[in-house]
Amino acid sequence: MALLEVSHLDVRFALRQGEVRALRDINFTLERGERLGIVGESGAGKSVAAFSLLNLIAKPGYIAGGSIKFEGQTLNTMSERGLRKVRGNRISMIFQDPMMTLNPVLSIGEQMVECLKAHRRISTKEARAISLDKLRQVQIPSPETRLDQYPHELSGGMRQRIIIAIALLLDPDIIIADEPTTALDVTIQAEIMALLLELCEQHNVGLILITHDLGVVSQVTQRMLVMYAGRVIEQGLTREIINDPQHPYTQGLINALPQMATPGEKLNQIRGSMPSLSNLPSGCAFHPRCDFINRADGQPRPACTQQVPEFVESGNCRVACHMVAEMLEDRRLKEETR
Amino acid sequence: MIAFLIKRLMHAVLVMFVISVLAFAIQDNLGDPVQQMVGQSVPESEREAIRERLGLNDSFLVQYVRFAKNAVQGDFGDSYFYREPALEVIARHLPATLELVFAATLIIVIFSVPIGVYSAIKPRSPLSRLFMGASIIGISIPVFLTAILLIQIFSIGITITLFPESTSWGAWLNGLLSTEGNMPSFGRGYNLVHVVGHWDTNLATWNGLQHLVLPAVSLASIMLPLFIRLIRAEMMEVLQSEYVKYARAKGISMRRVYFVHALKNTMLPVITVGGVQIGTMVAYTILTETVFQWPGMGLMFLDAINRADIPLIVTYLMIVGVIFVVTNTIVDLIYGFVNPTVKLTGKPA
Repeated sequence: MALLEVSHLDVRFALRQGEVRALRDINFTLERGERLGIVGESGAGKSVAAFSLLNLIAKPGYIAGGSIKFEGQTLNTMSERGLRKVRGNRISMIFQDPMMTLNPVLSIGEQMVECLKAHRRISTKEARAISLDKLRQVQIPSPETRLDQYPHELSGGMRQRIIIAIALLLDPDIIIADEPTTALDVTIQAEIMALLLELCEQHNVGLILITHDLGVVSQVTQRMLVMYAGRVIEQGLTREIINDPQHPYTQGLINALPQMATPGEKLNQIRGSMPSLSNLPSGCAFHPRCDFINRADGQPRPACTQQVPEFVESGNCRVACHMVAEMLEDRRLKEETR
Repeated sequence: MIAFLIKRLMHAVLVMFVISVLAFAIQDNLGDPVQQMVGQSVPESEREAIRERLGLNDSFLVQYVRFAKNAVQGDFGDSYFYREPALEVIARHLPATLELVFAATLIIVIFSVPIGVYSAIKPRSPLSRLFMGASIIGISIPVFLTAILLIQIFSIGITITLFPESTSWGAWLNGLLSTEGNMPSFGRGYNLVHVVGHWDTNLATWNGLQHLVLPAVSLASIMLPLFIRLIRAEMMEVLQSEYVKYARAKGISMRRVYFVHALKNTMLPVITVGGVQIGTMVAYTILTETVFQWPGMGLMFLDAINRADIPLIVTYLMIVGVIFVVTNTIVDLIYGFVNPTVKLTGKPA
């Protein structure tokens, strides 16, 4: 049994204009010590996915179906009390913007100690000792003085180190990191990412890394999901997806990386933009932006605009694309006739 | 810290100067103090003599400079009516007002925080809606009307005969809604306990507290709804913040999330507004004290205006100005204490 098993996760937002389906049929597993990347454009549902794992989505959002199993316990039906024992303890989170994440009126020490005390019966003195130890692990300069400082006295990079230290406080099984470096200076991004990777490896912590940086995903994770409009459209081994993306959207994302462009030319981009979740295109949600909607004979593929694509297995990956399905089918037929 | 207090002291001096000039400037429009002092029967020549003696015939500038010279030495002139130093008269009335304001503030703090927090946490619950509706009514009704209503209900008493008295449930409901009306509605009572100087307190005896209740409630009635709404609005905003979400993700108890993480941030703007409002409440006491004949500064001030008792009016206004500066200074000190990102003085970190 996998450490974390998400199956058919369905998250909706009950808005005044009607229900919006933010996540549809998300399936993945995470093994102990494994690192999983979730990538996609803004609005694809990556953060909602991260928050729904710990049942932290704010109203009017709610988990409408599916299950999230952690060590066999179903988190999405668990009581708030039971969830609290998991949050920050077995599964901890790193938020996107370290400038907003720490409470401005509480000292770093208070914010670390309260987390330890919520999950363990220990004295403040012991809690401070553990906190100090974790601050050393995240290589913050002069850790002793940090405990009594307030967030505004620290830089963004230092704050994110502290948040990593808080994430590691209770030696969790999984860390969910929601774009942990997006809000940071480019020079610090690599440092923080390397630190996070190193600590996860060292403590054998599973990592769910949410990002739109394909470079980071390829360096850090073993498996990945590509999300589009609330749906996973391609998932599998990171190496395979990066080297040989199947879905036109994933191909577009990789093509859009600066290093894929010819010097002096415009950067590649995927035309159009992510559709609104409340007004999704028919069929495959990506079809209005897709370059492969036409078949080999030049006629548009009717399925693309009419039918939501099912997953097909392609090597070690699963892809939800009619074009890929058709290609695989042709190949299979050819092999049969041979 | 010292530098900060010295700066505030200079503020106070400036405020007092501006207020005194303004107060002096309107004195000609307040009526003739001599008429109020001596009545109709005194001949004009004698009145002129009194005017001359009081220096009322001098030009504005001469009068003001004379006043200012004495005021710097702590002499704000004698009240025309009381025939004793104006400062002395105010000192005698100040404790009653401060006790009233203190009691009202206590009521506001005790009720606004829990109600505001509750209706922010559960904005859709029927109780929250009730609080919000009631607070709109509270804000809309003027203080003196609230005061009169309170007197009618709790001092005079109301007898309800809406339900049939012959049935047991009707009698019970009538009894439930009717009030006896035994709360005192007039003055401070006679069971005051002397503390020090001019300070006799209402807070030490049951009778004294009873006298304090209605005036304090009516004084609080304007600010309480305001603070409930302010706390609710601030708290709802704070509850949306990333750090509250993060605190939940850390698995700490909701009680701690609400009352440590959220409330502390909620209170920052509330403290600032509260400081100004305490000063405003001192001014509101004029209405409350008049309705309840509470022998404080507000009632004294209204009488002073009726009597065109200019030294007393000017001194009162200046003292209220000082109270504003002092409460604001205290609030800033508290704010600096609660909010670590604020440093009052440029002391090196």
